[in-house]
Amino acid sequence: MTSIPAGEAGVSGPIPPRAAVHGKHPIPSAGPYPMGLMALLATVSMLFAAFTASMIVRRGGSDWVRITLPSVVWINTVLLAGSTVAVEMARAAVRRDASSRSVRWLALGTVLGVLFLVGQVQAWVAWAAQGVFLPTSPHASFFYMLTAIHGAHVIGGLGAMLWTLRRSALGAYRSGAHLGLTHMAIFWHFMGAIWVYLLVLLSIL
Amino acid sequence: MSEKRQTTEAIALAVLFLGLMVFTVVGFGMRTWQPPAASKHASELDGMIRYLLITTGVVFVLGHVVLVAFLVRYGRGKKAPSPATSARSEKLWSILPVVFMALISEVGVLFIGLPVWDEIYGDVPENAVTVEVTARQFEWIARYPGPDGAFGRVEPELVDGQRNPLGLDPADGTGADDLVMRNQLHLPVDRAALLLLRSHDVLHSFSVAAFRVKQDIVPGMSISTMFTPNLPGTYEIGCAELCGLGHYRMRGRVIVHTESDFSAWLRDQTEGTR
Amino acid sequence: MSHDYPPQGFIRKYVFSTDHKVIGIQYILTAFVMGLVAVGLSVLIRLQVAWPAHQWPLLEALLPNAYESGVLKPEFYLSMVTMHGTIMVFFVISLALVSGFGNLIIPLQIGARDMAYPFLNMLSYWTIVPASLIMLSSFLVEGGAAAGGWTSYPPLSALPQALSGSGMGQTLWLLAMALFIVSFTMGSLNFLTTILNLRAVGMSMMRLPMTVWTLLVSSILGVLAFPPLTAAAIMLLLDRHGGTSFFLPEGLVVGGVVLDYAGGTPLLFQHLFWFLGHPEVYVLVLPALGIAFDVVATFGRRPVFGYRTTVVSLLVVAGLSMIVWGHHMFTSGMNPYVGEYFSIMTVLITLPFAVIGLNLIASLWRAEIRFSTAMLFALGLISALGTGGLGGLYLGTAAADIYFHDSYFVVGHFHFMIGVVTGFGIFAGVYYWFPKMFGRHMNETLGRVHFWLTTGPVFVAFISMHYLGLAGALRRLYDPTSYASFQPLQGWNVWISFELFIAVGAQLIFLGNFAWSMFAGREAEKNPWQGASLEWTTASPPPHGNWDEMPIVHRGPYEYRTNGSTEGYVPQNAPVRPTLADSATSPAGEMLDRSGP
Repeated sequence: MTSIPAGEAGVSGPIPPRAAVHGKHPIPSAGPYPMGLMALLATVSMLFAAFTASMIVRRGGSDWVRITLPSVVWINTVLLAGSTVAVEMARAAVRRDASSRSVRWLALGTVLGVLFLVGQVQAWVAWAAQGVFLPTSPHASFFYMLTAIHGAHVIGGLGAMLWTLRRSALGAYRSGAHLGLTHMAIFWHFMGAIWVYLLVLLSIL
Repeated sequence: MSEKRQTTEAIALAVLFLGLMVFTVVGFGMRTWQPPAASKHASELDGMIRYLLITTGVVFVLGHVVLVAFLVRYGRGKKAPSPATSARSEKLWSILPVVFMALISEVGVLFIGLPVWDEIYGDVPENAVTVEVTARQFEWIARYPGPDGAFGRVEPELVDGQRNPLGLDPADGTGADDLVMRNQLHLPVDRAALLLLRSHDVLHSFSVAAFRVKQDIVPGMSISTMFTPNLPGTYEIGCAELCGLGHYRMRGRVIVHTESDFSAWLRDQTEGTR
Repeated sequence: MSHDYPPQGFIRKYVFSTDHKVIGIQYILTAFVMGLVAVGLSVLIRLQVAWPAHQWPLLEALLPNAYESGVLKPEFYLSMVTMHGTIMVFFVISLALVSGFGNLIIPLQIGARDMAYPFLNMLSYWTIVPASLIMLSSFLVEGGAAAGGWTSYPPLSALPQALSGSGMGQTLWLLAMALFIVSFTMGSLNFLTTILNLRAVGMSMMRLPMTVWTLLVSSILGVLAFPPLTAAAIMLLLDRHGGTSFFLPEGLVVGGVVLDYAGGTPLLFQHLFWFLGHPEVYVLVLPALGIAFDVVATFGRRPVFGYRTTVVSLLVVAGLSMIVWGHHMFTSGMNPYVGEYFSIMTVLITLPFAVIGLNLIASLWRAEIRFSTAMLFALGLISALGTGGLGGLYLGTAAADIYFHDSYFVVGHFHFMIGVVTGFGIFAGVYYWFPKMFGRHMNETLGRVHFWLTTGPVFVAFISMHYLGLAGALRRLYDPTSYASFQPLQGWNVWISFELFIAVGAQLIFLGNFAWSMFAGREAEKNPWQGASLEWTTASPPPHGNWDEMPIVHRGPYEYRTNGSTEGYVPQNAPVRPTLADSATSPAGEMLDRSGP
């Protein structure tokens, strides 16, 4: 197997199909932080940056009223933080080759992630009960829109997490070979960071 | 490919590029395109355009002459191989266009363009005539404040296309003497005109080519534009921002009077409304 | 790698393929289909502009919804203007030049077996298909296709009450654009990763052909500039259907009815739109320049002049392009001091572009030009870059732009830059790489007919549009003769229309040549043009996986006629002769030093 690309030299077990496609082809800088994922994070960052700029501009309007956020968002923040910790615990378990524990941590992370989404919907319900809807005020518009867009990204992250959960349950990850898990974790932490950022933004503007 | 055909193609291309170059230079060089300059800043703005015509014209002609010369020189027959140019000389050669274009573009912007820009967006002189111009699909409505010098209050709810296009509030006394005109704007010569631009519905753009004036009108924003007409006559107002199906016919007229004619016109109109 | 078989069966091979070459061709063909629609629209637009009140009973029979008693309806005119721009920018030029050639050429020129994410690549193409269909279907809905201009400025684009095309048509427009952005972002991520991570052994960044460099810069711009448009599209959708007021202010009165919006600001949309819109211009123009560099080097038998200065210029252009969007808004009502900043920064872009232009011309110095059709189009591109690029100075100077804004000068300018420059880039690329696409040549005689019938007319037509702009003629007018001051100019409109009809006819020759050559063109060998870059070291067309034995790169991509070799060029994968004396005396020694990492 001299032809395994340098960047995936650590991979043992069955060779993933991509390596097969590239054959003798070297992947010079495919480390734990591959270009594709970094570029994805960059483009997502630009999306939220554009919304931030819009919010700052729109805040200049005469009708800007800040409405107190539903208290459930603070519980949601804890849930998402818990999920992030669980994913990190799963990675730590994989690094020690404790694969059954990593499966349990990932399952916990998934459940907490789903609960976060349920909680976000609960936040919408709470505001709707108060009579605060999407068009009620620009601040409300931004809250509904940003939570929905963040939620859509979280759903994507959950999809990735379910996929790693399945791979993990099949025993595909070892201490030296769990790039997929690492990438998912990076994206998930990023989603957590974005949420905290949005929460701060929606609380101070 | 035969050498003869190769030569023919090189010559044909050279003729094509030279022909296009001449067409461009002659066309741009014609002074008859722009309508007569009828405002104070118009001739300065034309000066900026003339500066660009000359400087970019030089670059344009130089570039094409070199391109054509290379085509004719190196487009025919075998040439002896030659070493690649050194990185050093390539770097030196890149300094030339950078310095040249930096001079052309930034000198133009900083020393000719921005002074004109500042004049257009500059301070309003004391004696300026203030007119409110409201754009709506698809007409221009000019309003003069009348003898009291104040515009009456308007309310969106009172807008009525035919009778009260601006939505003047009859409860507000200052509006009683306001002078409202459709698609017509009367201005005195040699006095600054300050136009307060408003829109009822979508984006419009107030544009008078002879004055070299163009200003978008954004609903919800109070935007003004200022210019000093210096040539009596009648000019066309156009809408320069796509505003709907009638965009193409959203025109008006601006009539520039001598100072005395303007006073007389204003007096006639004001007496008419009483 | 025993389990990497080429895909079997028609569907896996040509429809749902993950092979970058097939996907590249799919993109290019899709762009041609969309291009036919957009060109058809331009013909109808030019008929209307040249003969505004004329009756066209035959056209009414063909398009009963668009004409009334033989005369074009203004709502359909505005829909056509909007859709011509949208389709050309996003569904023709972006697809053919960036997605098409990007997929086809990047792996072949960097020495990779495929894209970094082949599946994502397939997904990206199959997102464009519904996007295209939705965009086209908007002509069929009530109220017609979007009509608020390709810029879709609110409030016009947000209020169906203000414009019939702002109903269902605008919703479909936004939906199609959202899908386009998703697809284009996937493509950009793929290009970026592929170029940075999958280069062959020895293929350092400074040995990449210019096409790859320009596509890399385009991808970076794509990843960073498209999200703000996504944000704008989402907010516009919510304003239209969710009752929000992101872009809509209070006190709007449309058709005598006061609308229930408050506090929004229409200018915000313009800022978000042009934050994408301006970099998008370079996303389109730069790959065309990259192709021109490659074609000029191959057929000029001469290394590209100023490889390094060009790369630096590209990066400077990319950086500047992100901070100058406001020059589209000089007259928009934004703060005049901000306008000054944008003007000062904007004209700086001419500096790197002047370097690129000089390098393109200087690449012909001491050349041995071979006039192929690809080369003719590349040369035409150089001339167009000069004409269009210098016109940009008039618009970038804030004061002069007051006169030129929204006039035909702008129309002429951007048709030069993202019509002629990019179009000629596509043509040069198609004639140049056709052997790699289908293993055949396009007919060179028909190619020359195509070139000669295209170049004169389009240049003359778009230069003439500048003249209309100098005369102050406004754009997007359904009937330009409704202005007394534009009536004397009407002869120019007729003249421009005739020129463009000739050019449109020439494009039919091109499409015919393309279709015929695909199946019956002269068969091409591996390296028909004696090119030095990697794509010419494999079969035409290349097999699945591109190379049996992966190439190893030893030198830069442009070693033409520099070291007296008998073949006149040295392919990138040719090993360097090891003897010291050789490299010291050979003129190529210098070249080798330069092209090292």
